[in-house]
Amino acid sequence: MTPLLDVQSLTKSYGGRIGCADVSFRLYPGEVLGIVGESGSGKSTLLNCLAGHLAPDAGEIIFDTRAEGPRDVLQMSEPERRMLGRTDWAFVHQNPRDGLRMRISAGGNVGERLMAVGARHYGEIREAATDWLNRVEISGDRIDDRPAAFSGGMQQRLQIARNLVTGPRLVFMDEPTGGLDVSVQARLLDLIRGLVRRMGLSAIVVTHDLAVVRLLADRLMVMKGGHVIETGLTDQVLDDPQAPYTQLLVSSVLQV
Amino acid sequence: MIEVQGLGKQFTLHNQGGAVIPVLEGAAFSVAPGECVALTGKSGAGKSTVMRILYGNYLAQAGSVMIGDIDLTRAEPREVLALRRETLGYVSQFLRVVPRVPTLEVVAEPLLALGAEEQVAFGRAQTLLSRLRIPETLWSLSPTTFSGGEQQRVNIARGFAHAYPALLLDEPTASLDAQNRETVLTLIEEAKAGGAAIVGIFHDLEARNRVADREVDVSAFTPRAAA
Ligand SMILES: Nc1ncnc2c1ncn2[C@@H]1O[C@H](COP(=O)(O)OP(=O)(O)OP(=O)(O)O)[C@@H](O)[C@H]1O
Ligand SMILES: Nc1ncnc2c1ncn2[C@@H]1O[C@H](COP(=O)(O)OP(=O)(O)OP(=O)(O)O)[C@@H](O)[C@H]1O
Ligand SMILES: [Mg+2]
Ligand SMILES: [Mg+2]
Repeated sequence: MTPLLDVQSLTKSYGGRIGCADVSFRLYPGEVLGIVGESGSGKSTLLNCLAGHLAPDAGEIIFDTRAEGPRDVLQMSEPERRMLGRTDWAFVHQNPRDGLRMRISAGGNVGERLMAVGARHYGEIREAATDWLNRVEISGDRIDDRPAAFSGGMQQRLQIARNLVTGPRLVFMDEPTGGLDVSVQARLLDLIRGLVRRMGLSAIVVTHDLAVVRLLADRLMVMKGGHVIETGLTDQVLDDPQAPYTQLLVSSVLQV
Repeated sequence: MIEVQGLGKQFTLHNQGGAVIPVLEGAAFSVAPGECVALTGKSGAGKSTVMRILYGNYLAQAGSVMIGDIDLTRAEPREVLALRRETLGYVSQFLRVVPRVPTLEVVAEPLLALGAEEQVAFGRAQTLLSRLRIPETLWSLSPTTFSGGEQQRVNIARGFAHAYPALLLDEPTASLDAQNRETVLTLIEEAKAGGAAIVGIFHDLEARNRVADREVDVSAFTPRAAA
C-alpha cells in the first residue's frame, strides 16, 4: 500500500535552537498517528512543517496526491500547496479562534471553505453547512450566530465542521481538546473518532494528554528535544514503554 | 495457528536505577485451530505478560510469535493493527471504551471495523448482549457507568462479536455469577467448535478443566537468574 504521507529526515531550527530534527515516519490511509511529548519538544513545529505553515530547513514530505500520486510537497509551487491546504488537508487549531473567522456566522464559516474550492450555489452551500453543523451536534437554528456567541466546546466542533466539509483526506490537529473541560473533551473525542472512521480519514494529532491518544490514535510518536525518541502501536508504547523518557511520561500520570 | 518460540522478555525500569526484571526466557508452545490452551503458574509467573506479548501489547526481547503466517514480534504496527482487526481477538480483564458510546455500538464495533453491514453487526451485538443477560434498557447507554460484572460481560460480548481465528482470554469468568459464567463457557466452546485457537488464563479451576485441552505452566519459562 502506498503511504498517504512519507516523511523523511524533516528538520527545522529557529536560529540556533532546534525545533524538530531528523523526523521520519510514514502514515497510511485510515491511520491516526498521535504525537506526544513535553512542552517545547517540537510537536507543533513538526505539525506546522507538515501542514505547510512553516518551511523546514531540510527533509522531504511526500504526499500521495489524488491526481498525480506521490509528490514532494516541499517542491510544489505555492499555489499548488495552497490548493492542497484547501482540499485534501485540514488543520484543526488548539485555539478555535485561530481556525475560525469570528466575525462571520457559523454557517458562513463552514460555507466559506466550500466556496474556496469553487462551490457557488447558495442553497447547496447552506444545506451542506446545516448538515455539517448537525454532524458536529450544533443545532441548525444556530447557523446564523457568530462563533463568538458559542461555548469553547461548540467553537471547537464548529472548527471541525469547517475543516471537514470539503472531505479532506488528511487532518492535522494540534491539541484539539486542550482547554476544554473533561466532559466536553469526551464528547469531542467521540465525535472525532466517529468522523475518522466513517470518512476513512487519516489524522495526525498532537496532544500532551495520554488518555486522548489512547482513545484516538492507532500509532504513537514520542518527542523530546525535537527528536522522535520512541514509536510504536499506541497501547504498546503506553503499556510497555522502552525509552527512559517515555517511562517517565507514562508513570507520571495516574491511569490511562 | 499460534506458535511461540524462544520467547524472552525482561523489563528495564530506567527511572528506578535501571533495575532489570527478567520475566520470560525460552518460552515455547503452540495452539492448533479448535484448541484451547490454559496458561498456569503462580501470581507473578508471567501469564499476563505472555498474553500481552501475544497481542502485540508488550514487546519481546527474543523469540518469535507466529499468528497464522505473521510474526508479531517483527510486524509493522499497521500489520499488527490489521491482524487485530481480522484474526486476533483479546478479551482483557477490564473494559476500556470511549466515553459516551452506547453499549450496543461498543459490542458491534469490531464487526463494523471489518466493514460488516450495520444490520448484521448490530444483530450480532443484540444476540450476544441478550445471551449475557445485559438488560435491553442498558443497550443505548455507555457502559462506563455499569457495574464491574456488567462491564465484564459487555467486554466479553465485544470479544466474541467477530469469530477471530485466534482468541486470547484473560480471566473471562472472573466476577460473573453462575448463569453468566455458564454462558461464557458455552461461548468459548462454540468458538472452539468454530475452529478458533484459544489461549486463556483461568483462575477458576472448574472452568479451566472444562474448556482447556492442555495447560502450559509459564513457571517453566522463568529465567534462571530470577528463580
Ligand atoms: N517562532 C519561534 N521562534 C523561535 N523558537 C521557536 C519558535 N517556535 C518554537 N520555538 C522553539 O522550538 C522548540 C519547539 O517548540 P514547539 O512549539 O514545536 O513545541 P511543542 O512541543 O509544540 O510545545 P507545547 O506542548 O508547549 O505546545 C521550543 O524550544 C520553542 O521555544
Ligand atoms: N509493564 C510492566 N512493567 C514492569 N514490570 C512488569 C510489567 N508487567 C508485568 N511486569 C512484571 O512481570 C512479572 C510477571 O507479571 P504478570 O502480570 O505477567 O504475572 P501473572 O502471572 O499474570 O500474575 P497474576 O496471576 O497475579 O495476574 C511480574 O514481576 C510483574 O511485576
Ligand atoms: Mg505546541
Ligand atoms: Mg495476570
